[in-house]
Amino acid sequence: MLISLLKNPAFILGMGLFIGTLALAIFPPLFMNLDTINRVGPPFQPPSSQFFLGTDQMGLDMFAILVAGLKSSLYAGFLAGIIATTLGTLIGVYGGYKGGLVDDLLTSATNIFLVIPNLIVLILLSASIKDGRSLTLISVIIGCTTWTWTARAVRAQSASLRSRDHVNLARINGFGTFTIVMKHILPYLLSYVFMVFILQTASGILAEASISMLGLGPYDTVSLGKILYESKKSEALIDGAWWAFVPAMVLITVMVFALYVINTSMESVFNPRLRK
Amino acid sequence: MLHRYPRLHHGLNRLGWYFLTFVVAITINFFLPRMGPSSPVDILMSKASSTMDSAAARNKEETYLKEFGLAKLADDGSILRDQEGKPLKASLLSQFFNYLLMSARGDLGSSIIQHPKKVSEIIATAIPWTLALQVPTVMIGWIVGNLLGALAAYKRGVFDRVFYPLSLLISAIPPFCFGIILIYIFGITLRWFPAMGGYDDGLMPTLSWNFVVSASYYYFLPFMSIFLIVLGGQAIGMRSMCIYELGTDYVKYAKQLGIKESKILMYMFRNAMLPQLTGLALALGTMVGGALLTEMIFSYPGIGMAMLTAIQSSDYPVIQGCTLLITVCVLVANFSVDILIGFLDPRIKVQQTSGKGA
Repeated sequence: MLISLLKNPAFILGMGLFIGTLALAIFPPLFMNLDTINRVGPPFQPPSSQFFLGTDQMGLDMFAILVAGLKSSLYAGFLAGIIATTLGTLIGVYGGYKGGLVDDLLTSATNIFLVIPNLIVLILLSASIKDGRSLTLISVIIGCTTWTWTARAVRAQSASLRSRDHVNLARINGFGTFTIVMKHILPYLLSYVFMVFILQTASGILAEASISMLGLGPYDTVSLGKILYESKKSEALIDGAWWAFVPAMVLITVMVFALYVINTSMESVFNPRLRK
Repeated sequence: MLHRYPRLHHGLNRLGWYFLTFVVAITINFFLPRMGPSSPVDILMSKASSTMDSAAARNKEETYLKEFGLAKLADDGSILRDQEGKPLKASLLSQFFNYLLMSARGDLGSSIIQHPKKVSEIIATAIPWTLALQVPTVMIGWIVGNLLGALAAYKRGVFDRVFYPLSLLISAIPPFCFGIILIYIFGITLRWFPAMGGYDDGLMPTLSWNFVVSASYYYFLPFMSIFLIVLGGQAIGMRSMCIYELGTDYVKYAKQLGIKESKILMYMFRNAMLPQLTGLALALGTMVGGALLTEMIFSYPGIGMAMLTAIQSSDYPVIQGCTLLITVCVLVANFSVDILIGFLDPRIKVQQTSGKGA
């Protein structure tokens, strides 16, 4: 399975792009002196040999801010992805395995929260938390509002496993719900859950960028969305200062695109119906 | 009884669900903003109190408390106070019922920043822009995207090889980034279209010829920005649906019978359309969220922009009014798609008349 995954060109492309962005977030701070607090020159200086990406509206080194922003965005994406996947998987697996009234209730709740736009819930929550809106808190909120997709998809998978022989056998042998779900249902869903996690990470990165673009971003750090918000606010777009927003946009797009590609390539390997 | 009218049954069933969703949505919309520390009355009072003596301030506070439905009222409509003369706050539950009653009357409170302007007024000037931008865009994008996707699956060849990667790329670009790219290329660098706003500065929003021309000129870029993203996403989904349909027996049989291509394409389209419609219903919320961000990037005078202004000045009643309205719009759109599915999906008819679902 792993070997056929490594032979898949789309998977290699997606992984390469994603590891590239990870490396950009991790390595430059180790080898370079990146200052995100002090001004290094006049505002909106175009890229030069000293500052690869020029300066922003305050005269800060754009490259340093970009690296810090990328790190925050990755952190937000992973944290939101982990929370959303865990919540969604637990709710989905439990409902799908239990069936009956519990399942009906969980499915109804999932469907209700699926229809209410989660950007709206995000806006309401973020706007009400005026002080102390840290990056971690924002990521937790994102994770708690985007689990619905996962729950719905995992429930369908788990319900199809419910009446399998080995699950029935475990039930007859008197194992409890927890043991059966953990030992006899979850292992069958692991590759699926992992693919869901990749998508949830992508949507976490997007959600953080969206909410920061509205000016509801974290107060304690920069993020790619916040860079875009500041550049819009300081009218970098109208002034043609492309280095203030293009790099952040490219990074968001590359990360999301890479994660999508990884997901589809994994699906084509793991899903027997799509395998050639 | 109802099982004789499967579509009516389906419609009522969905109506019940959407009503329940609406109740949850309006509850969230009421309670979430109240988790924050300050009430709108406190904010207004802190703005006003420096210039007023105590009696005037007291009067003002009373009007505000009544306006936002926060105070406990006596039978004669005056505000109840404790021994120290502080107004008694209504319980959260009675505030909630007050809010429901006021919303049902179309009264969403007043803006804090532009007080005493009503939230409903602010929304009423913004909503035509948002509806005019989003409804046709999503509908046309859905139709064109699905047609092109089906065509790409059927024709393959050069058309598919150019079209498919292009739609993949477009659908991976986040909506707000796509808007920025379009503004930068066509609005700033090439100067073909205006980059910001909804119409020329000197004009008033009336139904005059000048205004309509100016508005459509400004309409083009935000339209393309949302349209292309919807198109790309739908085309990818439809393409893979149709590739699956192409392998089915009925298509092979129809081909061997020598039925016209356009007719086979129609059959396929009808079958592949249903999952696409369901997909549309599920994606509407996300789509509308993206479209709101697009509005903000273009400074388009719709709900998205109204909400951005409100967020920047912490104008909670306006934020809340906008979020409620957007949620209601998404629910109505979803409900319409669901009803449409009821008419198009033969399974709903079969399921109900065979007595299973009644």
